[in-house]
Amino acid sequence: MIGASSIRKEGRAKVLGTACYTDDKLVPGALHGVTIRSQVPRGILRGIHFGEGIPWAEVTIVTAADIPGQNRVASVVHDQPFLVGIGEEITHMEQPVVLLAHPNRLLAERARNAVRLEVEELPAVLDIDASLELRPLIYGTANLLKEIRIAKGDPESVWATAAHVIEGEYRTGAQEQMYLEPNAMVASVERTDGVAHVTVWGSLQCPYYVHSALKQLFGLPAEQVRVVAMEMGGAFGGKEDYPSVNGGHAALLSWKAGLPVKLIYDREEDLACTTKRHPSRTRLRTAFDAEGHLLALTADFVLDGGAYATMSPVVLSRGAIHAAGVYRCPHVRIHARAAATNTPPPGAFRGFGAPQSLFALERHMDICAVKLGLDPVTLRRRNFLHTGDTMATGQIIREDLDLDGIMDRALAELGYHDKKAAHTVLNQEDSPLKRGVGFAVFMHGCGFTGGGEAYLASVAGVEGCPDGTVAVLAASTEMGQGKNTVFAQIVAETLKVPVEQVETAEVDTDRVPNSGPTVASRSTMMVGRILQDAASAFRQSLIQQGFLTEPYTPESFREAVRRAVAAHGSLRSYGQYHRPPNIQWDDATYQGDAYPTFSWACYAADVTVDLDTFEVKVEDFAAVQEVGRVVNPMLAEGQVEGGVAQGIGWGLWEEVTTRQGRMINNQMTNYIIPTSADLPRMKVVFLENPHPAGPGGAKGLGELPMDGPAPALVNALANALGPLRLDEVPMTPDRLLERCEEVTHG
Amino acid sequence: MRGQLHNVEVRVPASLSDALALLAREPGVWTPLAGGTDLMVVHNAGHLKATRFLDLSRFEELRGIREEAGALTFGALSTFTDLRDSVAVHRHFPNLVKSARATGALAIQNRGTLGGNIANASPAADTPPSLLAYGAEVELLSVRGSRRVAYDRFHLGYKVMDLAPDELVAAIHVPLPTGRGFHYFRKVGTRQAQAISKVCLAAWARIEGGVVADLRIGLGSVAPAPIRARHAEAALLGQALAALPIEAAREALLADISPIDDIRATARYRSVVTRNVLGHMLRELANL
Amino acid sequence: MAEPITLSLTVNGESRTLSVHPFARLLDLLREDLRLMGTKEGCGEGECGACSVLVNGQVVNSCLVPAVQVQGAEVVTVEGLAQGESLSSLQAAFLTYNGAQCGFCTPGMLVAATDLLRRCPTPDDGAIRDGLAGNLCRCTGYSKILDAVHAAAGEGEAAR
Repeated sequence: MIGASSIRKEGRAKVLGTACYTDDKLVPGALHGVTIRSQVPRGILRGIHFGEGIPWAEVTIVTAADIPGQNRVASVVHDQPFLVGIGEEITHMEQPVVLLAHPNRLLAERARNAVRLEVEELPAVLDIDASLELRPLIYGTANLLKEIRIAKGDPESVWATAAHVIEGEYRTGAQEQMYLEPNAMVASVERTDGVAHVTVWGSLQCPYYVHSALKQLFGLPAEQVRVVAMEMGGAFGGKEDYPSVNGGHAALLSWKAGLPVKLIYDREEDLACTTKRHPSRTRLRTAFDAEGHLLALTADFVLDGGAYATMSPVVLSRGAIHAAGVYRCPHVRIHARAAATNTPPPGAFRGFGAPQSLFALERHMDICAVKLGLDPVTLRRRNFLHTGDTMATGQIIREDLDLDGIMDRALAELGYHDKKAAHTVLNQEDSPLKRGVGFAVFMHGCGFTGGGEAYLASVAGVEGCPDGTVAVLAASTEMGQGKNTVFAQIVAETLKVPVEQVETAEVDTDRVPNSGPTVASRSTMMVGRILQDAASAFRQSLIQQGFLTEPYTPESFREAVRRAVAAHGSLRSYGQYHRPPNIQWDDATYQGDAYPTFSWACYAADVTVDLDTFEVKVEDFAAVQEVGRVVNPMLAEGQVEGGVAQGIGWGLWEEVTTRQGRMINNQMTNYIIPTSADLPRMKVVFLENPHPAGPGGAKGLGELPMDGPAPALVNALANALGPLRLDEVPMTPDRLLERCEEVTHG
Repeated sequence: MRGQLHNVEVRVPASLSDALALLAREPGVWTPLAGGTDLMVVHNAGHLKATRFLDLSRFEELRGIREEAGALTFGALSTFTDLRDSVAVHRHFPNLVKSARATGALAIQNRGTLGGNIANASPAADTPPSLLAYGAEVELLSVRGSRRVAYDRFHLGYKVMDLAPDELVAAIHVPLPTGRGFHYFRKVGTRQAQAISKVCLAAWARIEGGVVADLRIGLGSVAPAPIRARHAEAALLGQALAALPIEAAREALLADISPIDDIRATARYRSVVTRNVLGHMLRELANL
Repeated sequence: MAEPITLSLTVNGESRTLSVHPFARLLDLLREDLRLMGTKEGCGEGECGACSVLVNGQVVNSCLVPAVQVQGAEVVTVEGLAQGESLSSLQAAFLTYNGAQCGFCTPGMLVAATDLLRRCPTPDDGAIRDGLAGNLCRCTGYSKILDAVHAAAGEGEAAR
């Protein structure tokens, strides 16, 4: 079972077109909701004016004054209002102020255009530099949403005596998740005997996040709030934190109207208003000895956190921990800050801070190799972490780690050395086409950072069904990654039955326990492990209660479940996360085991640059990773290929263009994600190394593929073009031209 | 979907002459609707000012690609797919095939029309540079009769055309090239497919005795409307392939273009890349 | 205010008559009037291809087609691809080769691939990339979709 390419559980419904996404849900009598948003980056809301030509009496209108509970979105920090009230501060463009709903979708749309906000404008902070320089102060005492320091050894003791000290500054841009299904929510508030029950169905990754948000918004106990995850048309982190906002909005409208409400964003609104990947600026300083051994590393890592904290504290944390990469280094200082700006808050996006800091470091390593007169392979080989080494947080590598093997395999898959030699000859020719190869070596921590998993204390279970099948009870959601299938495989393997005998229960907070959010490359490894324990307990209880005797056939197991359910009415077993005894973390000092383990990888790219048009074509791409044991190779390959595609997009094309902090290329025509004509076939290899903590030896996979493509591509560009200032992504044709002209114009 | 319907009216005239009569009676009121691939995008976004539409899509007389009198005549409703599928277009006008293939993707090519591509007057449209390079003429129809306008005099400014409010684009006539021809088309888009162009250059040249005897270069996305590169053409006409003044032509091109910064590219990028693409074209021409 | 028109068309082989605004989008007719929810809206601007359907045998973006232009037309949506319980060879191949991840682009992708294989029964990678370039997918990186189309094309060959 584990290790088999089982067919996607919900695949049949998806190819038939019957899979039910949020906007597909039939909701008789539903109103259509729209959101009125600020059109200034900062100011005080002085008034709301409702224009002529709209039958306002028919329109449900919700403002901050209508909120029954707390007007704060439950998150890491409770700083973001659901709606800005009159007299309160607007802190970014497109901030929600008023909600409207009407039975007629087009009339709701007309009403949207008839509302005018009266705002007294204030000076705004729109980028990292202005924020850090307090021009002006907009958040707390220092414009910082979060600050983290990681210290190991004493870099100051090294600079003066090191053979080489190399500095660099790197930047990465915002990126849009661009899930194909825009954000969508349906809400219904029912009141029986004066008791309100709030239900939200939606496109959401984390049902219990939305559940918490609704409890706080309405001041209701848990049992009066229900959240159901519908089929989800992609998420990539974009439906991790935002659904707490739009889920709350839909519920507020339904609360006021007494009718169900659909709140479906169109693409334009989704792009302009919802979360993106945090833009970053990283300053690195490294010291090497004469042989190229890394002696010290300092990183000043800054994220643009937008107007509210949202996920910034934890995105920053992951980015900071990954900032020292896969290298052994005795002296490390990492200073990480999330700076507040008057821009729509960024949030979770696959990789979660790690792609930003890893881009900087892996680009920097290539630049250091040039300055040290070493090739990038040798420099990395001299500095790789090995089993027994200590990372920046003091975490000791306990697993068998063979980064040389991973790197060598990726280079072999690409034909790196032969291509590099051939390209060098070819690039001498008088042609605008230049070829280059490059690679990056990196890791991604599995599960929540630091004490996160212990704090979550996730619960998941299995349940016997009357027909003798077994249902998986977990709040983890299917967003295309294959959770339904992988969980079924893990449970089936544990129960020793075919995967067809295991199905997934609907992800409904009334039915499934809180197995934590579907994020952080944690579902397979963390929740899968809990399910393995739950399934084990389930089988044991069938045996202990005499329903099942070993050895058994799939049919006799089915019969045993059937009889047990008939006898008890229901039969469930649950498991819960237990912190392994050897994992320690101190959040105050940022010392300890940042993650239970890491997945490791080397990605390599072969590119052609056309110096007539500054277009870059990815000719070949190799992705080699060690993710423990692979539960489902077909699904895992799909995850890697999709992640690489997203990483290539971020590296080369995907630019969020803003004016006053608002995205102005908020159409699919103008925000450029790759089509089938833009990508190569990819070589995907898994080097299996089962990890004891994961189910069947599995580690995390979902985010890893996002970390490697951007640095690999830009390193390949540098190989093709020589010493240009290639320190930023996306390296769009415009930007590449600019960097080429820096050289020609001196 | 932000486009409203309550104020939208659509007419489906029984005949082309009825359509022309309506346009004559109420000039400027009715917006012709062909494949809808430009118009519906703007409507859906809620940005379309027009509310009255005249559906032309059923007029068979505006369809078809015919060879007549030394020219190919394209009915205005010829789709991009019609262009891609036509043997005659492949044989005589390879740039037009490339233009059609470069316009959106297949679903757009199946609906979008050559007439619509012209009348929508986007400076970034992909067929106009090829039509300019091939010396096309536009046939305009109204109750007053028909008239032909050289396509390189049709676009007068941003979204301004030599097209009266009572006129329809009925056909596009493209003379069949004679002699030893050179065809070149290159679109530099935001990506390899389903892209809007940042720079587009199409050229056709006739070569006689190793000399550029005739040359037309059409450009997209570097001026308020599709344009001819007349200065660059002048620098190259009469020149020997063996000694093309590539640098002079690249310099001359600067007098032809007036690119702007927008969300797809900077003016600087457009200026540099247009000249580079011209250079690429001339290197190919020199190797002919 | 335009009067509604009586629209007669064939959808997935079935004759349908509707009273609709002449400028209503085909996408909305399918989803709201006929409750065929397989066809998706991903952008509303003819860019993503999630709303692809066949009109008279040609793939189109149903978000860009006004009702008045499908009078008398034959429309096929994703719901019309299977024969009862039996998946089309493309649907089966998308299932086997993991061509559908989140599934939101899948209906449009399948419709476009169906059109492609009718025109070009044994496409190479280049032809598939060209044929599906109007259908954006954010999950797969397209490789598994190429595999699925190749497999379905091979099966079509064998069946002939």
